[in-house]
Amino acid sequence: MRTLHLAGSILTLALAISLNGCGQKTDTADGTQVVRIGSVAPLTGPQAHLGKDNENGARLAVEEINAQGLTLGGKPVRLELIGEDDQADPKTATIVAQKLVDTGVAAVIGHLNSGTTIPASKYYHDAGIPQISPSATAIAYTAQGYKNAYRVMANDEQQGRVLGEYAVKTMGARKIAIIDDRTAYGQGLADEFEKAARAAGAEVVAREYTHDRATDFTAILTSIKGKAPDLIFFGGMDPQAGPMAQQMKRLGLTARFLGGDGMQNLNFIKLAGDGAEGVTASSPGLPLEAMPGGPDFKKRFEAKYGPIQVYAPYAYDAVMVLVEAMRRADSFDPAKVLAELPRTDHKGVTGQIRFDAKGDIRGGAVTLYQVKNGAWQVLETVGGKE
Amino acid sequence: MDIFVQQLINGLVLGSIYALVALGYTMVYGILELINFAHGEVTMIGAMVALAVIGALMGSALDLPGLMVVLAGLLVAIPACMLLGFTIEKVAYRPLRRAPRLAPLITAIGVSIVLQNAAMLIWGRQYVSFPPLIPQHSHEILGAHITDLQIFIILLSMLIMAGLWLLVQRSRLGRAMRATAQSKEVAALMGVNVDRVISATFLIGSALAAIAGVMVSAYYGLAHYYMGFMLGLKAFSAAVLGGIGNIAGAMLGGLLLGVIEALGAGYIGDLTGGFLGSHYQDVFAFFVLILVLVLRPSGLLGERVASRA
Repeated sequence: MRTLHLAGSILTLALAISLNGCGQKTDTADGTQVVRIGSVAPLTGPQAHLGKDNENGARLAVEEINAQGLTLGGKPVRLELIGEDDQADPKTATIVAQKLVDTGVAAVIGHLNSGTTIPASKYYHDAGIPQISPSATAIAYTAQGYKNAYRVMANDEQQGRVLGEYAVKTMGARKIAIIDDRTAYGQGLADEFEKAARAAGAEVVAREYTHDRATDFTAILTSIKGKAPDLIFFGGMDPQAGPMAQQMKRLGLTARFLGGDGMQNLNFIKLAGDGAEGVTASSPGLPLEAMPGGPDFKKRFEAKYGPIQVYAPYAYDAVMVLVEAMRRADSFDPAKVLAELPRTDHKGVTGQIRFDAKGDIRGGAVTLYQVKNGAWQVLETVGGKE
Repeated sequence: MDIFVQQLINGLVLGSIYALVALGYTMVYGILELINFAHGEVTMIGAMVALAVIGALMGSALDLPGLMVVLAGLLVAIPACMLLGFTIEKVAYRPLRRAPRLAPLITAIGVSIVLQNAAMLIWGRQYVSFPPLIPQHSHEILGAHITDLQIFIILLSMLIMAGLWLLVQRSRLGRAMRATAQSKEVAALMGVNVDRVISATFLIGSALAAIAGVMVSAYYGLAHYYMGFMLGLKAFSAAVLGGIGNIAGAMLGGLLLGVIEALGAGYIGDLTGGFLGSHYQDVFAFFVLILVLVLRPSGLLGERVASRA
């Protein structure tokens, strides 16, 4: 009897959940429509700090819009952010994507990694839901021909090219070793870097690989040391780049260390310890202080969530771009919103946001930073013009 | 040549850490024939507790020298892990001692997941950095670099392993442990308090895990709630490679796995002309593991288990 009872309540619960999941909108008592927006990023695992940062960026935007009040089609609308965890894992990403589609979200902000954004994008595409990634930079994401896939950050092609040219022309590297973490992001960035560095006349003496859970790089670094490069490039994130920089120092490697936006954050400096000094890395977009709305955003964000990791302003802008499209369409119907997204011309926190035909941001700037006295200092910004 | 020596050093340091963790797996397996999958997480908790203490000491007004701070962290982490190991055995394994062997294996995985998530809730999702308290002087041997900490890790591992071997082979407790491993029933008939021996095994294993955890986080300069998983997996493989249940085997397996990994990652690319890259380092290590197990199913130094069951 007891088990029957339990089974009964589970059934009711399941029914309640599935019923709740059907509609796009839930009318609350006072006639306000609730529009759900998904936000997906790794909230557990080694990149959880970055994931939470993205979610908080999106959450800040949603809260501000709700505070201002949003009216679509003559009815008041309240946005609701559904934060999901994809664990930076491509397989989990597709499960989460299906779940969000089933919940009937109006749009998705995410995912954080390229490796998760790309497989998930098929689900959003099939469901006809707009997807705006704040931080996925792999070229493949917008190269699939999906009309619903957008991003608000310069892609790896732009970033890798800038890095490759910078390494050879400005840093004067002749012999280069390249390491990547075999993720869509790391590999894509490293490939673009390699192309640009070769084109600029440098020789690639080693191409090594690791993975996004590794902490020991002494073996590949030693092997690289034997080939005496004057610059080592890493395509990957800070949990690997930090220990890597430290191990380089301990192995007596004197080559310069260069990387992309995955390691251009506070955590890298902490993890790299005495190996951080002099490391150079790029980040798409402008430095927070140079962003049109940067300092103000920083104040509002940090009052609520503490220090910004990296991508929070982009997640914030992604929500704002979406809501502007909703306003122009005067609807949250995904098809109507999608029709408006190409017309985006948004003055965001991170800069002016306009999309090209593929859904990439036009004229995305890339800024180079270097660790000096234990903090990232701006070296120069490349691009940013159309 | 200097590159080869460097790879050997890299492998030995990595292997010493594997070996220390592997000892915990092998001791428990030797006595209970249980694979304690939560052991990797105990290592992680050791690192985290030590870091919490280190953080508190550095934040306080006391101006202790760096090594003292690390030592204080270690001295808190060891009893904390011993208590944890003791509790895990009492709560998750003892009630299932007479259950089919699959049941405690599953509770072990459960405990591992619980500990990971508990650590995430307590210490957060961020990578915690280990403050640079230990001087990292580099020495040159045959053109290769080795730091004080690396030498210390290798020596300490050797010392602990030798001590453990003496404990098991020469002491009264060790004799009771060996007797329990052969047959719990007969050992109990001979007046051995089996429960106490098993508890002691978990206490010792967990203390070793705490030491390994602190060494790992000091060496790589970071700790993270996820760090125990991969480390545990590698250490478990090392224990199997050496012959699980055999203490000398865990040492040998750990050192061997470390060196194979380092040499694999270092040379596989060049040897295959770039056809296989360094991302095959784990594949290479596990290939060796499979090869050893095909030729010697009980591991390098393992005995046949069949006669014992």
